[in-house]
Amino acid sequence: MDTDEVLGIVLLLRDVLARRLFVEYQHDKDLLNAILDAYEPAANRIAVTVGVSFVEERERVIREQQEAIRELSTPVLQVRERLLILPIIGMLDAQRARQLTEQLLSEIQSSRAKVVVIDITGVATIDVAVADHIVQTVEAARLMGASAIITGLSSKIAQTLVDLGVDLSMMNTVGDLQGGLEEAERLLGVLPPAEPTER
Amino acid sequence: MPHRVAILAQDHNLIAAIQSDLSDSEVLELRDDLAERIGRRRVRGIVVDVTALDVIDSFVARALREIAVLARLRGAETIIVGIQPDVAIAMVQFKLNLTPLRTALDLDEALGLLECAR
Amino acid sequence: MTHEVLVAIESDGDLVEARAAARALATRLGFSRTDATLIATAISEVARNIIVHVGTGRIMMSPLEEEMRCGLQVVAEDKGAGIRDVEAALHDGYAGRGGLGLGLSGAKRLMDDFDIDTKMDRGTRVTMTKWRFRDELERMKEKRQRRP
Repeated sequence: MDTDEVLGIVLLLRDVLARRLFVEYQHDKDLLNAILDAYEPAANRIAVTVGVSFVEERERVIREQQEAIRELSTPVLQVRERLLILPIIGMLDAQRARQLTEQLLSEIQSSRAKVVVIDITGVATIDVAVADHIVQTVEAARLMGASAIITGLSSKIAQTLVDLGVDLSMMNTVGDLQGGLEEAERLLGVLPPAEPTER
Repeated sequence: MPHRVAILAQDHNLIAAIQSDLSDSEVLELRDDLAERIGRRRVRGIVVDVTALDVIDSFVARALREIAVLARLRGAETIIVGIQPDVAIAMVQFKLNLTPLRTALDLDEALGLLECAR
Repeated sequence: MTHEVLVAIESDGDLVEARAAARALATRLGFSRTDATLIATAISEVARNIIVHVGTGRIMMSPLEEEMRCGLQVVAEDKGAGIRDVEAALHDGYAGRGGLGLGLSGAKRLMDDFDIDTKMDRGTRVTMTKWRFRDELERMKEKRQRRP
């Protein structure tokens, strides 16, 4: 039933009952007033309660949709068994970075991933804060037994990070996504290890 | 041994499964218990399952490092498994140093890694 | 309404209780699972500091309700000898007594606001707060519930 239908019925009931009281007690004005004094707030409280429950139900639906939208905006993709890709696109502030990390770690757990490829080609700006978020994500993934490969790191950005004093030595970085996926497959044992002299 | 930790022997491995949040003295008991068991028989690997810990702070981290060092002295490898996502985030933000420690997602993974090491 | 939670810190078993109480309050105040873990971990560290350096003290956790945000404030108090060098105590790797450095600096990294008030031979009070922002939906709900 619709909100207005239900509310309409509740209000109708309230009015019908009120008229009944008028009919019953019309001979005694004082008694009628006393009864209405008790009746009116109670009846109105019931109407408000009904209305509020509809509002709360709507709010619950909105919450669920918000959650779904948040998850869609940071997709963690399972490419093959034990391998996840996390393409980061756009601005990476503290809140989004946290949400991203939580989602990635949760995926690592549910899909038992051993390697995650984090592609930062689409990241808007890379500064110390963003680099820090990425490093923290990589370290947290390692604590869960997954190794991370960072792709999309242009030499220009790499230089910027080095200039900013970010330690890239602990990170496994590959220029492009394709290369990163191949490296991931080597780590998983799907592809044979790379030749010692490459390119 | 407190009932909050179960230690099982499997092949040449010891598996310590923590069942609930531990007090500091219980953490030290675990460390000492493992140290004693490593000494008693030939152990090649130790797996500590921390799935049930929803907080890993500097004290626990230090005890885990000590277990790994004690194990290494006897030629055994230690792997920590079951670190939960929120705990991993807290540990990294806290800057807890677990670098010398090996980690894996779960017991299966860890046993597989210990197998490969031979 | 949620009131403050008080945990006496006298033995290492109390740390288990403090962590659980922190998580319970954080959850009740609507903090995410991760934030609840950050808070519980920070409390574990400061509570242990009390046990190791003083032996007895207490932790008070209370909600801070504001229109735009909601906070969980932790006050850890002891009547010990005080911290001689706060700067050094907050520095990573500080050993202090018992060699349990990292505790305070780590807790500071986990929380949003962090303050140490210490007086030699009078005691120490660590006040730390974690905040979460209320979104529009929550603010609307708060306003509605406040109306009689």
